[in-house]
Amino acid sequence: MQNSATQDTLVGIFIATGIGALFFLAMQVSNLGGFNAVETYTVTATFENSGGLKVKSPVLIGGVRVGRVESIELDQKMFQAVVRMQIEAQYNQLPEDTTASIFTAGLLGEQYVSLEPGGMDEVLKDQSQIEITQSAIVLEEVMGQFLFKDRGSSDSAAE
Amino acid sequence: MSFDNNLVSVQHLTFSRGDRIIFDDISLGIQRGKITAIMGPSGTGKTTLLKLIGGQIFPDAGTVEINGQNVHTLARKDLYSLRRRMGMLFQSGALLTDMNVYDNVAFPLREHTKLTESMIRTLVLMKLHAVGLRGARNLMPNELSGGMARRVALARAIALDPMMIMYDEPFTGQDPISMATLVQLIKSLNTILGLTSIIVSHDVHETIAIADYIYVLSHGNIVGQGTPEEINNSESEWVQQFMQGAPEGPVHFHYPAPDYIEDLLTFDKD
Amino acid sequence: MLNILTKLGKNTRCSFNKLGKSGFFLGQVLIGVGDVFLRPRLLSKQLYSVGVLSFLIITVSGLFIGMVLSLQGYYILSSFGAEEALGVMVAASLVRELGPVVTALLFAGRAGSALTAEIGLMKATEQLSGMEMMAIDPIKRIVAPRFVAGLISVPLLTMLFSAIGIIGGHLVGVGMLGVDEGSYWMQMQSSLDFYDDILNGVIKSLVFGFVVTWIALYEGYSAVPTSEGVSGATTRTVVNSAFATLGLDFILTALMFGDI
Repeated sequence: MQNSATQDTLVGIFIATGIGALFFLAMQVSNLGGFNAVETYTVTATFENSGGLKVKSPVLIGGVRVGRVESIELDQKMFQAVVRMQIEAQYNQLPEDTTASIFTAGLLGEQYVSLEPGGMDEVLKDQSQIEITQSAIVLEEVMGQFLFKDRGSSDSAAE
Repeated sequence: MSFDNNLVSVQHLTFSRGDRIIFDDISLGIQRGKITAIMGPSGTGKTTLLKLIGGQIFPDAGTVEINGQNVHTLARKDLYSLRRRMGMLFQSGALLTDMNVYDNVAFPLREHTKLTESMIRTLVLMKLHAVGLRGARNLMPNELSGGMARRVALARAIALDPMMIMYDEPFTGQDPISMATLVQLIKSLNTILGLTSIIVSHDVHETIAIADYIYVLSHGNIVGQGTPEEINNSESEWVQQFMQGAPEGPVHFHYPAPDYIEDLLTFDKD
Repeated sequence: MLNILTKLGKNTRCSFNKLGKSGFFLGQVLIGVGDVFLRPRLLSKQLYSVGVLSFLIITVSGLFIGMVLSLQGYYILSSFGAEEALGVMVAASLVRELGPVVTALLFAGRAGSALTAEIGLMKATEQLSGMEMMAIDPIKRIVAPRFVAGLISVPLLTMLFSAIGIIGGHLVGVGMLGVDEGSYWMQMQSSLDFYDDILNGVIKSLVFGFVVTWIALYEGYSAVPTSEGVSGATTRTVVNSAFATLGLDFILTALMFGDI
């Protein structure tokens, strides 16, 4: 059995590494790292179909992460999905005619919002709305169209 | 005997464990400043009696009073402050195995008092000196012989200067020398510290040598009591058998069983 | 038939009895917990034997489980062309499930059984009664510090387990299998939420630490004071802790991550 001073030191190291591990999980593994602390502003975009987009999905410009999805709600009048996004305050030069699209990372990967900056001088501010949007591509629809077209051509070939 | 000078008085105590009756309405008194022995064969519940006196278990009926306080109706806090003035020496010594001899004796002092380490050191060394083990202070309990462990436990029991000490089978399994040492110690501690001692034992000779008053228990009853001379000259056959250590007498060698021959001849499932 | 029913009834009665007794025991321990913080020495000693001594087994297991997860995950994910999701898969399974559960199981085997055996033997050698007769409450002096130590150690060990597992997954995934370093961390960060995932993992580990330590201490304290009794109690600690951990994990997962 060690003497009590060594024991205390080891207990101290144990507690410190345990808390260090929690810190690591918070900063390196979860979204707490560098995001909640940063100031953000909110913009909204309306999509006909938000597909598999989720709260916390990333918002990218040219592949660089600039924010994340805050909420996805249904507009009861238009029956469209209203997506609210938090954009980091440092990206405050986005033109007002920026386009928002929902894309999928890889064939089966997670979905994200991609912003395509336009050319206007006015910039997006807090609570601005992005007017030009492109909905998520739903795989089933694409495949359905493809199959339908395929069948159509084979039908005509049979005639 | 008069009950006025009693430190402990047990009245109409009844206690049973399951269906087995351990004590059947017994009354006894322990006089202040004396060594009282409670004797009886193994399994008569002598240790249980000490636990009842110490308030660790509760009787089915009857009372145990120490210094006029009923042990079993005391609030926990009062019971604990009463226990601080009682020492108990367990058969095994019950030393804390994760600390050495010195820390074991210092344990009750550190828990119950706010004395400085230097005062604790003085007290611990005094107590260890009294039991002749001042030189063994750095040993761990597993390095001690049975007799030494009991002496350390005794030093710990007197650490808080109690008014009484209960000894649970202090002589069992000791070699003649440590037996004699313990007998000597118990006697001298009682005189020097003005303690009241209760010894539970079945070692007839050693107990008789130091006891002032003896109770003999059997089957939940007190079968004999008196000073050592009175017990030695008791007319009770049972007491005589116990004191002489005779194999046959009112207590039989055999545990109650059906007839021997019949038992051998009946070959049945069981 | 009747026999079986009688037995069932008896078992039910006994388990309720045990539940009641252990609940009463827990109450006494919780009352004693306050005093522990007045005696940091005692707590530090227990943190050493309960926490520090479990450090090695937890970190080594965490490392290997993270490495294996990464290896298996890679084979499955690469067949969908989704290797980038490896980091999320490793981190989510460690932080949400494997970290708390495996740590609790290992803790029960490493520290819980030791607690049971220690207290059971203290009871068998009359040390607990001896303390009671010295007017020292063994629940406050012996049990409560160990309880607090378990409660503190298990969440810390769980965090260590998960963190080291994620690093182990990184070693194999990024180092050996060539998954992109950036996407390993990026996808993890974008998919895992601090409150929903990490903190829920911490809550799970707190619950498991509470239950496992409680079981271990109760089994030790109520052990039959013989060598058989103590060995039986030690076994029961490990078995009951495993059942309790896995059962509670299901309930907690359903409450935290499900929509039930």
